[in-house]
Amino acid sequence: MNEILSRERVHSEAVLLEVRSPLIAQSYQPGQFIILRIHERGERIPLTVADVNVEAGSISLIFQEVGKSTKELASFEVGDELLDLLGPLGNPSKIREYGTVVCVGGGIGVAPIYPIARALADKGNCVVSILGARCDELLFWRERMDELSDSFYVTTDDGSCGRAGFVTDQLRDLIDGGLKVDRVIAIGPLVMMSAVSGLTKEYGIETVVSLNPIMVDGTGMCGSCRVTVNGETRFACVDGPEFNAHEVDFDELFHRHGFYLRQEELSLKRYLEACGK
Amino acid sequence: MMDGVGEKTQVSKQNPGERVKNFREVSLGYSADEVLREASRCLSCSNPSCMEGCPVRVDIPGFIKHIKEKDFDKAADRLRESNIFPAVCGRVCPQESQCEIYCVLNKMGAEPVSVGGLERFVGDWLIKNRVDESPSPPLSTSGGVAVIGSGPAGLSCAAELIKNGYSVVVFESLHEPGGVLRYGIPEFRLPKSVVDSEIDYLKRLGVEFRLNVLVGRTVSFSDLRRDFDAIFIGSGAGLPYFLGLPGENLNGVYSANEFLTRVNLMKAYLFPEYDTPVRVGSKVAVVGGGNVAMDSARAALRLGAGEVHVVYRRSGGELPARQEEVVNARGEGVVFDYLTNPVEFLGDGEGNVSGLRCVRMELGEPDSSGRRSPVPVKGSDFVLDFDTVIIAVGQGPNPLLPSTIPDLEVSDRGNVKAGRDGRTSLERVYAGGDIVTGAATVISAMAAGKRAAQSIHEDLKT
Ligand SMILES: Cc1cc2nc3c(=O)[nH]c(=O)nc-3n(C[C@H](O)[C@H](O)[C@H](O)COP(=O)(O)OP(=O)(O)OC[C@H]3O[C@@H](n4cnc5c(N)ncnc54)[C@H](O)[C@@H]3O)c2cc1C
Ligand SMILES: Cc1cc2nc3c(=O)[nH]c(=O)nc-3n(C[C@H](O)[C@H](O)[C@H](O)COP(=O)(O)OP(=O)(O)OC[C@H]3O[C@@H](n4cnc5c(N)ncnc54)[C@H](O)[C@@H]3O)c2cc1C
Ligand code: SF4
Ligand code: SF4
Ligand code: FES
Repeated sequence: MNEILSRERVHSEAVLLEVRSPLIAQSYQPGQFIILRIHERGERIPLTVADVNVEAGSISLIFQEVGKSTKELASFEVGDELLDLLGPLGNPSKIREYGTVVCVGGGIGVAPIYPIARALADKGNCVVSILGARCDELLFWRERMDELSDSFYVTTDDGSCGRAGFVTDQLRDLIDGGLKVDRVIAIGPLVMMSAVSGLTKEYGIETVVSLNPIMVDGTGMCGSCRVTVNGETRFACVDGPEFNAHEVDFDELFHRHGFYLRQEELSLKRYLEACGK
Repeated sequence: MMDGVGEKTQVSKQNPGERVKNFREVSLGYSADEVLREASRCLSCSNPSCMEGCPVRVDIPGFIKHIKEKDFDKAADRLRESNIFPAVCGRVCPQESQCEIYCVLNKMGAEPVSVGGLERFVGDWLIKNRVDESPSPPLSTSGGVAVIGSGPAGLSCAAELIKNGYSVVVFESLHEPGGVLRYGIPEFRLPKSVVDSEIDYLKRLGVEFRLNVLVGRTVSFSDLRRDFDAIFIGSGAGLPYFLGLPGENLNGVYSANEFLTRVNLMKAYLFPEYDTPVRVGSKVAVVGGGNVAMDSARAALRLGAGEVHVVYRRSGGELPARQEEVVNARGEGVVFDYLTNPVEFLGDGEGNVSGLRCVRMELGEPDSSGRRSPVPVKGSDFVLDFDTVIIAVGQGPNPLLPSTIPDLEVSDRGNVKAGRDGRTSLERVYAGGDIVTGAATVISAMAAGKRAAQSIHEDLKT
């Protein structure tokens, strides 16, 4: 079960795994995620489905190696099996005819935005994509995104590819340049989503972000993933993960993300020592 | 005190100073001598009132008689006829409000027979002595039934069905079966090895388990209706209620569900050997007064909290928790703040909880449950400092599954509407347990699962 069919290094800090899971491949819709556990002692980690192959009965996951679980997952090889795989979870992205949609993918966020952008394009929207990363080396799926987009931009913090600066700089220029934007969807690090949200709020452009709070079950049972949206508590795993960006309390989310920092560091340190690193 | 029956045989426990440092079971159970002594107290009533209190009508004098004869094999068979999980129920049933309260000894001024203690002994004996037992599963010729949820309701429904010759597939969204028995009730009260063993018996009977399947997402309800002759919904009351007060999303504020799931299902008490962390500070508040609150408070102590308070808005006499666990919690040093109700979560300015603003309560007129309802005393605000708060004020039905079934009737509170016989508004769709009644007890969920299985049998054989 849940056998790894292919593995590919996406860049120095991220890996793509194609995993056999016919049921999930069949039920999946863009915007949804899975929760996996790598072994008996493992934690449950959520990852967005970046692509599916219904014929092959497989799903693709792209993840950044940030801590113990993702580093250990990166060490898995073709033929290995994931102990547990649950999904698809969360509500599908709303794919309608909006007009012009700007898809902003920051860092690893390019993976989850890709299937959404593709679905939006298939629906006849004019898709404008902005990909951002710290540097050239950390950019991936450029061709894929370029291909489906009506126009396509890249920004890097250090200017090693595309425009030097942040995705918000590019977005602001487009809007100021007269692009009529009907909707923005932004997925990436919290700081980026928060910045995009701040910008589009100024212009009154409807904006959606996909939130990634700490989760446990992913089925609405624990409340670990709660976020404040429009003054109300919502569970990101079942009410989201997509929410109206302008209503999200990003500060609260920042704080909640950091709650286990010390434990995460300890866990990673132990793991790296055990690997002799 | 009546002559002859003597005093209830006390069960040995780990001593409090020791047990708060570990997650091993608190109660050590009866020894063979003790179980015989306790069994001898039973009068083998010909009209046993105790049975009326048991939702599955365990033949209490019957199984106790076999204990008296030292025939534990027969005692086990007798128990299993009505209860597939004796080792679980002996441990977690609120006997003081179910079977034992009706024991005739109460009326004679003596303590009731420890039905739970005896049941647990036989359940454990079964697990230890019948590991190789491989019941031949009945030929499944009658049809296929899907059971959604592997809690007590789903499991007892599955057991009853397979005995009647159906093939049964249990779908569970978590990675381990058992429902609340797995993720809610802690190891020190219900060892997971006991849950494993009792579920293992169902597997040997031929029940098939499909874990990591969230019905409504991984497979749709209509897929199941197409593929199975009948469906039982036993998805429980897994949705945690919050208080809806300012500051509730501060760091350090847990729902009991999250806290206990991390500890029990994910084994966070073994962090960093296990990867899932959990955090308790030096001063912990648990808001609520039921089993869930006791379990949270005692788990927090074992995780190293300096001080744990149960903050409860009524008085001690109204605590809905199982009596024995309240006694155990007190013995372990849990502090009870009665007639106290939080009105606000206070923060430290960096996103962490630092305390609770509370009001004093006093008891007013009895409410619909017959308990005197607490009313706030005006101007009685005060602040208690806490760095962890666990909210255990109840759970509701998770709307995810029902919301994907268009014609299924649900109540205003979101519970699936079903009769005592388990039948719902949809043909060949049945429901039982917490998803129907709201949070209740293990054995009442099992009784509901069993009754639904009988209805399924009636409906499918025609
Ligand atoms: C719905 C959802 C979809 C996600 N999709 C993806 C994806 O497609 N690709 C991907 O690389 N990551 C994704 N994430 C984030 C991913 O789950 C975390 O990176 C992972 O759980 C970290 O585990 P770890 O043990 O390696 O790191 P940890 O040791 O747990 O954490 C290391 C660092 O990562 C941060 N972190 C912890 N949990 C999360 C989280 N839930 N989200 C973001 N950062 C976190 C911590 O604050 C810390 O700084 C998603 C998260 C959610 C909730
Ligand atoms: C912490 C705690 C302590 C308790 N202590 C006691 C006690 O001491 N004594 C006592 O008698 N009772 C106790 N109870 C109450 C008792 O556990 C419950 O009443 C009982 O477990 C209800 O059984 P159930 O089968 O209806 O639901 P649950 O046990 O809740 O099981 C439901 C199962 O369905 C699964 N599920 C839900 N939706 C889906 C879906 N869409 N697809 C697939 N699977 C799904 C869930 O993951 C879960 O495993 C306690 C409860 C809690 C939370
Ligand atoms: S199943 Fe529970 S209520 Fe019934 S006899 Fe046993 S302990 Fe008592
Ligand atoms: S009522 Fe008490 S004494 Fe009588 S059979 Fe039941 S347990 Fe035994
Ligand atoms: S992750 Fe548990 S409710 Fe969302």
